[in-house]
Amino acid sequence: MKELWVFIRKEFKQVFRDPRTLLIMFGLPVAQIVLFGFALTSEVKNIDILIADNAKDIMSMQITDKIRANSYFIVQEKNIGGADIDRKFKEGSVQAVLIFPTGFSNDLMHEGKAGVQIITDGTDPNTAKTIENYLTNIISNYQREKFPSASLRYQILTEPRMLYNEEDNGSMNFIPGVMALILMLVCTALTSVSIVKEKELGTMEILLVSPFKPVMVLVAKAVPYFILSVINFTFILLLSVFLLHINIKGSVLLLYLESALFILTCLSLGLLISNATNAQQTALLISMMGMMLPTIILTGFIFPLENMPWILRTISNLVPSKWYFLIIKSVMLKGLGFQYVWKETLILVIMTTVLLTIALKKFKIRLQ
Amino acid sequence: MIMPATVSVQDLIKTYDKGKVLAVDKVSFEVKAGELFGLIGADGAGKSTIFRILTTVLLADSGSATLAGYDVVRDYREIRNRVGYMPGKFSLYQDLTVQENLEFFATVFGTTIEANMDLIKDIYDQIKPFSNRRAGKLSGGMKQKLALCCALIHKPEVLLLDEPTTGVDVVSRKEFWEMLKKLKAQGITIIVSTPYMDEAKLCERIALIQNGRIMSVDTPGNIIRAYPEKLFAAKSDDIYKLLKDFRNHPEVDRAFAFGEFIHISLKNAERTTLNAERSTLNAERSTLNAERTTVSSQLDILNRIAAENNHTGIQIKEIEPGIEDSFILLMGRNDITANP
Amino acid sequence: MEEKVIVCKDLTKQFGDFCAVDKISFDVSKGEIFGFLGANGAGKTTAMRILCGLSYPSSGEATVAGFSVKNQQESIKKNIGYMSQKFSLYENLSIRENIEFFGGVYGVSRKDIRERSDNLIQDLGLQKEANKLVGGLPLGWKQKLAFSVAIFHRPKIVFLDEPTGGVDPVTRRQFWDMIYDASASGITIFVTTHYMDEAEYCNRISVMVDGKMEALDSPANLKKQYATDSMDEAFYKLARGARRSGD
Repeated sequence: MKELWVFIRKEFKQVFRDPRTLLIMFGLPVAQIVLFGFALTSEVKNIDILIADNAKDIMSMQITDKIRANSYFIVQEKNIGGADIDRKFKEGSVQAVLIFPTGFSNDLMHEGKAGVQIITDGTDPNTAKTIENYLTNIISNYQREKFPSASLRYQILTEPRMLYNEEDNGSMNFIPGVMALILMLVCTALTSVSIVKEKELGTMEILLVSPFKPVMVLVAKAVPYFILSVINFTFILLLSVFLLHINIKGSVLLLYLESALFILTCLSLGLLISNATNAQQTALLISMMGMMLPTIILTGFIFPLENMPWILRTISNLVPSKWYFLIIKSVMLKGLGFQYVWKETLILVIMTTVLLTIALKKFKIRLQ
Repeated sequence: MIMPATVSVQDLIKTYDKGKVLAVDKVSFEVKAGELFGLIGADGAGKSTIFRILTTVLLADSGSATLAGYDVVRDYREIRNRVGYMPGKFSLYQDLTVQENLEFFATVFGTTIEANMDLIKDIYDQIKPFSNRRAGKLSGGMKQKLALCCALIHKPEVLLLDEPTTGVDVVSRKEFWEMLKKLKAQGITIIVSTPYMDEAKLCERIALIQNGRIMSVDTPGNIIRAYPEKLFAAKSDDIYKLLKDFRNHPEVDRAFAFGEFIHISLKNAERTTLNAERSTLNAERSTLNAERTTVSSQLDILNRIAAENNHTGIQIKEIEPGIEDSFILLMGRNDITANP
Repeated sequence: MEEKVIVCKDLTKQFGDFCAVDKISFDVSKGEIFGFLGANGAGKTTAMRILCGLSYPSSGEATVAGFSVKNQQESIKKNIGYMSQKFSLYENLSIRENIEFFGGVYGVSRKDIRERSDNLIQDLGLQKEANKLVGGLPLGWKQKLAFSVAIFHRPKIVFLDEPTGGVDPVTRRQFWDMIYDASASGITIFVTTHYMDEAEYCNRISVMVDGKMEALDSPANLKKQYATDSMDEAFYKLARGARRSGD
């Protein structure tokens, strides 16, 4: 037992003295979270909009104020004509133009309807549509405020709500997926590389020729990386909450337990990979590159699994991160309890057991 | 029962690459308890493979080996408790300090540094000033000493050192062999492998190995005494030409460069009394050389050859053969030429 | 006056305040076999790298094959050959493919490559193995082949970094036969080695200790200077006082 403890201590020392390992372990997750959560959102912000107010009456100015007050828009006001509008779009200095015709308020009050023109850049239809929607929303809200009683009978008012994401926080989509991806890559890679490193250096040989039970090598490698991965997970969690303003709706304890299980799954995978090769580079390649693509595609956080052909959907069932992703979403974002995720948890437990058993059986007590 | 720490190897065969590469070719030898035994051979001769089989980390294709009475296949656990191993490349933890490496290996072997201090004290004192330096930052000589300490830390019965002096500076090499002699005095059986012929004579008994085959096992003295011919050293002002001239001469059996001198032996020049096979060979040679020639007449022949080829500054004398001479002779005898 | 292929004056290389090569001066004549000795950590490898055009000197100057190590490094590389114990040839290419590759890299014409490679293969007796992978050859043969490839493009100088490490005694001597032949054909040989008997095969040797050149003479003279018969002893006496001992 004492030997095991000494081994674990040695592993910790080695990790903290190797800048490369530290970078992968802590630098990579931070970079990914910040990137995915912060920078890459599907929201559109900082929209340059030009408002050409030909009416300059109360209502047009009120609507303009509302748009100005919205943090997504950067408003310029100018009266310009068609050719200039074209030029501005070509320059790229505006993404949208809103035009109030003369007599806007008049038309609305006396004829019961008035039009505004919204022009957007169609070369990026997704963004254009989004901007259109924002503007339409703002105008509809204004309309409802101004004229609370419906002027049409049997009007169906749609009230969109995004469940679990009322604030329409775009990061929600990515964070659980990124968590799964990071834990999968980092744990697997570091564990497998660490074991193979011993083989490459020759220290594995000496360990084999000692009373130290070979299987203990695996355990001793797994423990430090397990602990460090849990710490890493805490790190990621804190970042998500404080930087990306995600609320953890469910039980934090359950979250930790499930994540601990998933980390174990990844470690087992790492152990299995380390049996397959004697070169660190190969281990790293298999763990990172080999695992990366299936994880990204088949976890379901970037591309919805429901859209994929049945064969890919079937294969995705073999990818542990897919199950973890489901669990995380349920617990963290929906606030569900264990009774809702016990099936997925069981699947992860089975996967871990199988991987671990194969890894232990294949661990060679001799070279070659 | 305490088994004497002997090592016994019988008809070991090991191939790699699905039988395509024959690394160890029916190797057999015995090492007595407390002996300092040398495995002498070049890279690729099979030394490391034999070591790996003895330390139980590799399985032979056939044959058997025992260490301190335990079989390397069946009783590998017992052997792993009793053997100290220093594989090539001084396998140390580069990121750990000297002290941490020692403590780690001590614990892995279920002991402490202090427990066997008397054994490692001399070596330990030399690396103690560097206790807090990372192993990766040590010089070759220091790494060597540290690796040796780590191998000794649990007072093994048998010490297996695989090319411990390769890549290490000349001064450290000398010091290392001094340390080995002292260890031997403490009763540990030591098997060392090395490609350096000059280190061979520092061992009690040696096995000369080439291409997976053992060519000879004996004390260095006996191997040298068994050298069948008279050996001469010659030099002149144009060494390279002298070498070629000797080689091209029909009466010369072998001529090899040895630094400043060329070592030569003539045909039909046994030192010892009649050898039945050779006498038939003699009968086939020209009548002039039918008799065994004496030393002085051999010297005359050599001087004559040199003079005939217009060499100046000629110096020729008889010498005692060394291990390298024997090695080269045995390579030729066993038809282990360097050709693929 | 013999043509000097290497001229070195006060060559120095510093890494911070660590002086790896400390003002060494020497020269090497054409066709000479020059032994560049020194213990590990003495500065040999650093000095060789500068001479091969792989590293800039901190101060001092040197010319190799007439080109300056400071600003004509590419020209140096075209005119030298190099072989080391650690790397010589590509293991997963055949003998012929290796020759063609290195020949091509050094700008040897295709016609010459074909001719010379046939000769080379014949001289080494490797006709049957010509299309086999180098990885399958015994070490000794790899080394000999690597040397032949290093001089394939008829360079003025060939740098050999411990070329015979770990090789059996017979192959070692065959290797030196090849070196002698190359030297006789006008190629200058610059070789480092740990085998002291090989030091004897050189015309002149230098010994580096702690970055400085502590000896530069023929083996015979050095032995006389240190009052010993053996090059081993002489070297030991020189190296023993070294303060630096490591890589």
